[in-house]
Amino acid sequence: MARPLRIVVAKAGLDGHDRGAKVIARALRDAGMEVIYTGLFQTPEQIVQTAIQEDADGIGLSILSGAHMTLFPLVLEQLKAQGAEDVVFFGGGTIPPEDADELRKLGVKAVFTPGAPLQEIIDFVESECGKRRELVG
Amino acid sequence: MIDRPETGAKASQAYLRTGPGSGAVDRTLSDVPLKTVYGPEDVTHLNPPPGEYPYTRGIHKNGYRDRLWTMRQFAGFGNAKQTNERYHFLLSQGQMGLSVAFDMPTLMGYDSDAPQARGEVGKCGVAIDSLLDMEQLFDGIDMGAITTSMTINGPAAIAVAQYVAAAEKKGISRKQLGGTIQADILKEYIAQKEWIFPPRPHMRVIVDMIEFCTTEMPKWNTISISGYHIREAGSTAAQELAFTLADGFAYVEAAMKRGLDVDSFAPRLSYFFNSHIDFFEEIAKFRAARRIYAKRMRERYGAKNPKSWQLRFHTQTAGCSATAQQPENNIVRVAFEAMAAVLGGTQSLHTNSMDEVLALPTEKSVEIALRTQQVLAYETNVTNVVDPLGGSYFVEALTDEMERQAEAYFEQIEEYGGCIEAIEAGFFQKEIAEASYRYQRSIESKDRIIVGVNYFQKEEPQLDIDLLRITEEVAREQSRSLAELRSRRDAARVQATLDRLERACRDEGDNVMPHLIDCVNAYCTEGEIVDAMVKVFGRYTERSAF
Repeated sequence: MARPLRIVVAKAGLDGHDRGAKVIARALRDAGMEVIYTGLFQTPEQIVQTAIQEDADGIGLSILSGAHMTLFPLVLEQLKAQGAEDVVFFGGGTIPPEDADELRKLGVKAVFTPGAPLQEIIDFVESECGKRRELVG
Repeated sequence: MIDRPETGAKASQAYLRTGPGSGAVDRTLSDVPLKTVYGPEDVTHLNPPPGEYPYTRGIHKNGYRDRLWTMRQFAGFGNAKQTNERYHFLLSQGQMGLSVAFDMPTLMGYDSDAPQARGEVGKCGVAIDSLLDMEQLFDGIDMGAITTSMTINGPAAIAVAQYVAAAEKKGISRKQLGGTIQADILKEYIAQKEWIFPPRPHMRVIVDMIEFCTTEMPKWNTISISGYHIREAGSTAAQELAFTLADGFAYVEAAMKRGLDVDSFAPRLSYFFNSHIDFFEEIAKFRAARRIYAKRMRERYGAKNPKSWQLRFHTQTAGCSATAQQPENNIVRVAFEAMAAVLGGTQSLHTNSMDEVLALPTEKSVEIALRTQQVLAYETNVTNVVDPLGGSYFVEALTDEMERQAEAYFEQIEEYGGCIEAIEAGFFQKEIAEASYRYQRSIESKDRIIVGVNYFQKEEPQLDIDLLRITEEVAREQSRSLAELRSRRDAARVQATLDRLERACRDEGDNVMPHLIDCVNAYCTEGEIVDAMVKVFGRYTERSAF
């Protein structure tokens, strides 16, 4: 049987709102995935390093402080710089719709905003990270 | 029979169970089981009238007839100049006190040009790097006449020092200053996560501040012990009540251990609660809080001044109850939550704006939120009778239940050895994470209905609300101004005051407050002051679990 998907759930910058990140971490784990929660105040460099070291299939980044337009692109940049662009990068938080559109254009695979059903997030991660796993093996 | 339109979702099991016409589940938001009807058998005792110990029914005998609650809208964004303009607007619209929201770097003790501040400057509050910014923030505002609440915890003592220095430069004595500093570090470890030092040295700085304010700033409220963030992090009402009061008792014990007389500082402690959407449960929570507090202050800590027994509190409506879907509905939620706070006897109130779930609120939505309070205060007539729900079989029973649950938590906390030990063991954090996951699951399963989110959804066009956006220009401007400040201030004085501060941190017998005021007056930046303290105290890191 295939080993479970591995997902890094991350908090970046100075944002201490960790309710959402913890709920998502728990929901993904209950859905059978292996979840690595980074804890608070990680830099984009650290987050991508963690994903590489943990051989993660995906990174979910949670930001509720308004710094999303800075920190999401920095993580994308690090994924590129460290040759890890195959890792599925998604996120969520207090993100206005126009910003979410912009982030998707930049390469964030999905942006979940308040009220997004957990099942939708689980389905997304299973499908997208599953595809990545098939490609990378 | 009421028809329930089903838009986008299948009828939920909960709905089928409870039958048509009722969206009700048979328990409160915090899972307290509810009966259909309450009667005399549910009430064990009658409470003394308002204004009498243990103040279940309120701390003032005439309630809002003598004095309305203070309408205090939390605001801060961008730089000090922008926020100062919003303050002038709010004061001109009838707001009675100011409430400062700081940005993340300020809250975490970093200057705007620190690498950690990338992308965060001015975003969820105002950037305050030095006394210069504090002076700008209160430009044209009579600091001796208004009261100011400052929501800051890790660097709270520094913010108080800046406020004192800014006022004294205008010729206003520190003795005249009225307001509140949040300074509740324990709930940072429990819920909000904006800390700097580890718990024990942080507690020392807070007790230094209490000691200083008790003699130097008699009108200043020294700590606003906060359940708000505990609730926002996902706790139940009973957890909010219990953990907040437990924190409050921890501060009381720490100050008494320093040798302060409980009646010298307790009257200046205040509380800050959340008002969530479960109307009666919230009212019961506020009533229970007053009763538990009064009893404990008098019986356990031996306070003799009735002011020390009286729990005064600020309330904010629940940010976590707001929805991004159909955001105008949040206006209605806020109105109910605000009414619960008023029926619960709050001393001051912040009503959230409908768009805060998306971004910082616009001037329009802030105005609606303030008007909501004004309608409540001047039109609904709920202010005329004190504790109008007192004697309600249901509300009295629920008040008792809240107290019972809180007492059970106090016992658990004591088994750990106290609040700090329970924090170190991750007890609170785990309890809250469990509760918030349970809550989220109940929404997923549609056991709980959130209008517009898991029921009554509609396809929405892109939202037509103008959002307030903070550009990176604020960060660039703050950095420029910091560079200029560093080049023109007296460098020797900066170093000397920082050195003295560091020595005071090493000396448990000294009080850091006068040294902080010296640093601030020398135009040391917040980041420099924090670095000097971190050399002695270290920085806290959390063991994270989910």
